[in-house]
Order: sequence, then structure tokens, then C-alpha cells
Amino acid sequence: MDDAKKTQLAVTATRVRMGILEGVYNAKSGHPGGSLSIADYLTYLYFEEMNIDPKNPKWADRDRFVLSKGHCAPALYSVLAHRGYFPVEHLSTLRKLSSNLQGHPDMKGTPGVDMSSGSLGQGISAAVGMALAGKLDKKDFRVYTVLGDGEIQEGQVWEACMFAAAKKLDNLVGYVDNNNLQIDGTVEEVNSPYPIPEKFAAFGWHVIEIDGHDFDQIEKALAEAKTVKGKPTMIVAKSIKGKGVSYMENNVSWHGSAPKQEQYEIGMKELGDALAALEVQVNG
Amino acid sequence: MADVVKKATRDSYGAALVELGAKNPNLVVLDADLAAATKTGGFKKAYPDRFFDCGIAEGNMISLAAGLTAAGKLVFASSFAMFAAGRAFEQVRNAVGYTHLPVKIGATHAGLSVGEDGATHQCCEDIGLMRTIPGMTIINPADDVEARKAVFAAAEFDGPVYMRFGRLAVPTLFDESYDFQIGKGVQLAEGNDVTIVATGLMVGEAIKARELLANDGISARLINIHTIKPIDKDIIIKAAQETGAIVTTEEHNIIGGLGSAVCEVLSEACPTPVIRNGVEDTFGKSAPALEVLEYFGLTAQKIVAQAKQAIAMKK
Repeated sequence: MDDAKKTQLAVTATRVRMGILEGVYNAKSGHPGGSLSIADYLTYLYFEEMNIDPKNPKWADRDRFVLSKGHCAPALYSVLAHRGYFPVEHLSTLRKLSSNLQGHPDMKGTPGVDMSSGSLGQGISAAVGMALAGKLDKKDFRVYTVLGDGEIQEGQVWEACMFAAAKKLDNLVGYVDNNNLQIDGTVEEVNSPYPIPEKFAAFGWHVIEIDGHDFDQIEKALAEAKTVKGKPTMIVAKSIKGKGVSYMENNVSWHGSAPKQEQYEIGMKELGDALAALEVQVNG
Repeated sequence: MADVVKKATRDSYGAALVELGAKNPNLVVLDADLAAATKTGGFKKAYPDRFFDCGIAEGNMISLAAGLTAAGKLVFASSFAMFAAGRAFEQVRNAVGYTHLPVKIGATHAGLSVGEDGATHQCCEDIGLMRTIPGMTIINPADDVEARKAVFAAAEFDGPVYMRFGRLAVPTLFDESYDFQIGKGVQLAEGNDVTIVATGLMVGEAIKARELLANDGISARLINIHTIKPIDKDIIIKAAQETGAIVTTEEHNIIGGLGSAVCEVLSEACPTPVIRNGVEDTFGKSAPALEVLEYFGLTAQKIVAQAKQAIAMKK
């Protein structure tokens, strides 16, 4: 990836992060930590990888995305808004009664949301169903899903993985956001899912390990996934919960709480400064 | 009665799927390692490329059915009622109910008539569970004809549908001219003194009960409610107004099922004595199906007694 592209992606991801903070701050609730940790991957998916048309969100041949860790809806909404599915200004309506931005993704109400999710473990099953439909209808669309590292404690994840491998669904790409934190503590403290890559490999998936904040590695992993035949691919990404907002990084207390006004302003300033620095690079 | 044709509604379900598969290439059938029992095995044999065994993983099957449906397929997902509605309740609620995706759930082995397998598999709670999911349509067919017509109607229906089938062979009550419409109750017989509102295999017992009541000089109206949600309020209110007493009968807990639904309608629209025949908030037992049904009072004789009780409550 050339530097210009990388910088542009970083610019977009930073704007996505600002949208996450905007939404969660205005809602006075939500899940900023895990949203920030997947901002880079979602940005790459929606701006570089997926074959989609924001003007035609129900296009039958589009690639699909299912946010299996549905509580990170602020990240999905921010990416969708910045990609043109709805106005960025709507992000501040998150979790409000009059808004179509529900606390967890709602496919009926939000343009661009391919599947409702939020009950952990279910999203990946729905993604598997979509991938199976693609195979049955001999369509070329691909299906992407993002899981939390805590989420993979759900047994249904492994039911879905067993099925996807047995049916050779190579049009399916999963992603585990391994930020190492869940509500009650580190994932090891709660109920260790480690070693993660070995588990998915044992379930018959092609596994790729990356740094979830490195666009080069994200790009390579997704390209590699396209070359894998006869099995689904799971990208297991080390990431930083709260990435981009200093006081949220690697701090479990930001799993499901909103910043107060002062904290919000600090976060927006940090992200704004990062954005300004990146824009200097873009504009030379 | 030697010439009475008997067929389990699970067999009707399986046969209807095969027929539907020929007409609709978009149909996909899922099962969870029970194809031989739910009778989706016929579809599996006829259309192996459109049948997927999800293995013993009902939660995944239901969410996966939602994904397939979201991508445009017509999906019937099958298991025993205990697992389709019970084990996978939350998947049905969130991936099917909340999304309102038109997933069709074919739940067999519902109720006590599972028989020998006993309480762990005798699901008498599924209607109650499904009824609390907004937008869910619930169909509980009484015989072979109604079951097949229900499957075809569900396939055309734009919304999620939970269909409930039985393991036990039951008498065929209707002929092919029978008019089945989702949400429309069917008055099977006139009557003025009391109304029996029946569903599923209890429709057969209700027909017998009506004859027994007639022998005692009591004129019982008989209504078949195949669609428990949305329930046909009009036919129930009319029966309450005209007969003044109701007995409901169902192979389900009297909490949450048809009896509850009828009481909900009448308490708001036309308060009327209602006696509920069904499983009286207890778990089942192992024994041959007919013995179990009799043990728990799901019989014509008990309906007769309860009808008289309802009549006695009339003011």
C-alpha cells in the first residue's frame, strides 16, 4: 500500500473515531472501547474492500457485513455515515427515541445494516447463512463478519464455525477483534478463549494473524482470504480497546460507558489533532 | 371407525415440503439431525442440494436461517418444538422476530403426544414462548389436510411463521376442499349452549365431545383455531356473545397457549366464562401417547365435563 492511500485511510478512520465519540457522548451511553478497536478494520472494509453501493443498500449482489459484536454499533454507524449511507450529522442521534440508530444494529431501520445483531454469537451464524445463500445462488458476493474476543466464549460461535467449514464457505471472512478485554476484565480472567488462532484452525478455518490497526496487514489478510479455496478465513487481530483516545486505551472501564463532557472534549481534541496532522501529510 | 385415515402432521409437513420443493427452486430446508423424525428426510432425498443438516446445533440453525432468508432464500428450519422454540428461543426472538424476516420454523413432536420419550421432549410451552414474540404467526394444524395447507400458506406469507406438528398419527378430519386461511378460525359446527374452541390434535377430541354433549341435550358450537397468533377475535367474540360459555382445548400448558389467548380476547371484549382444557401447568410423563393424553385429561370426556362447568358459570 502506498503512503498516500495509507494516510487517506488513516484520515477516514480518524473521522470514523470522531463519529463514534460523537454518538456515544450524545447518547450518554454505548460502547466506545470496542468500537474504537475495530474502527480501522471497518474503515478498510467499507472504503476499500467491499463491493457495495451506498445509494442502493439493498443491491442483491452486494457484499454483506454482519457486526456479530453488535454492541459496537457506533463504529458501524460512523463508517456507514462516512461512506454515504446517511448523513454524518445523524450520528449524534444515537440511542435517541426519534433516531433510527438503535443501541444495537437494526436492519429494518438503518440503511446499510445487513443484519440485526447484538445478542452475541448470533451474527456469525447469520453471516454463515448469507454465505451459504451466495453459494446456492452461484453469486460472487462475499460476506464479512466481526466478532469480539469475549464473544467467542459463546457456544453458538463454534456451532457456526463448524458448519461454515463443513460446507466449505470460502466466501466468508471472519475477524476476531482481540483487544483482550471484556466487561468483567481481561478475557483470560473471565474465561480464557486462548489460544484463539489454533481454535479456529482446529475448526477447519484458514487463519491469519494481524495487527488490527495496521492497514498494510489488513489489506494483505483480506487479499489472502480471497485466494483461499474450500474453507472460510478467520482473521485474528490483536487490537487496542479504545484505540485513538488516550485515556480509553486498554482500559476496561470504557467497554460500556460514555465520556463526560470534559472527557469528550479531550478525546475530540486528540482525534482532531491527529486528523490535522494527517491532513497536513495529505496536502503536503 | 375402521375406515378413519390417520396420519401424523409431521408426515404432512414432510410431504408438503417435497411438493413445495418441486414448485419453488428457491426453497431451502434446514434440520438439526432429526430429518428422519421431523420428516424433512423426504425433501433431503428429493433435493439434496437444497437441504442442509446443521447437526445438533439448533441455535446456529435458526440464526443461519435468518441469514439465508436475508439473502433472499425461502427457508424452512426444522427441529422438535422443544429445541426450535425452547433451546433456540432467543435466536428466534432476535434473529427472526426482531428482524421480521420471513423465516418458517417447522416444529414437530410438539406436546404430550411425543409419548414414550417423556417430559424432556414433550414441549407444552412453545405456543406461549412464540406468542410473546411481536409479529410472530403461530399455526397449530389439526390434521393432514390442514397441516399441508398451512405449509403452503406459510411459504407464501410475508413474515415469520412458527408451525407446530405432532408425532402421533391423528384422524384426517378435512377434505381437500377445506378452506385454510392464516388468521381465520373455522366454525366446524353450530351450537347455542356452549362453544368448544379447539386447536391441533384436540380438534378430533372436541368433535367427539360435541357428540357426547349432544347426547346429554347440550348444543355445543365447535371452532377450530389453527392460527393461534394472530388469533381470530371475531369468531371468538361472536361465539361468546351467542353461546355465553367457552371451553378451550389444546395440547399445551393452559398457561400461555390457546386458552390464555381466548381469555385475553374475551376479558377485554366480552367477559365470558372460559374453562381451559389442556396441560395443567405440569410436566409430562413417559408412556404411549394416547395413555399420556388420557392421564393428563386431554380427552373428549374431560372436555364434556369442563363444558358443563362453563355452562354452569353462566349468569
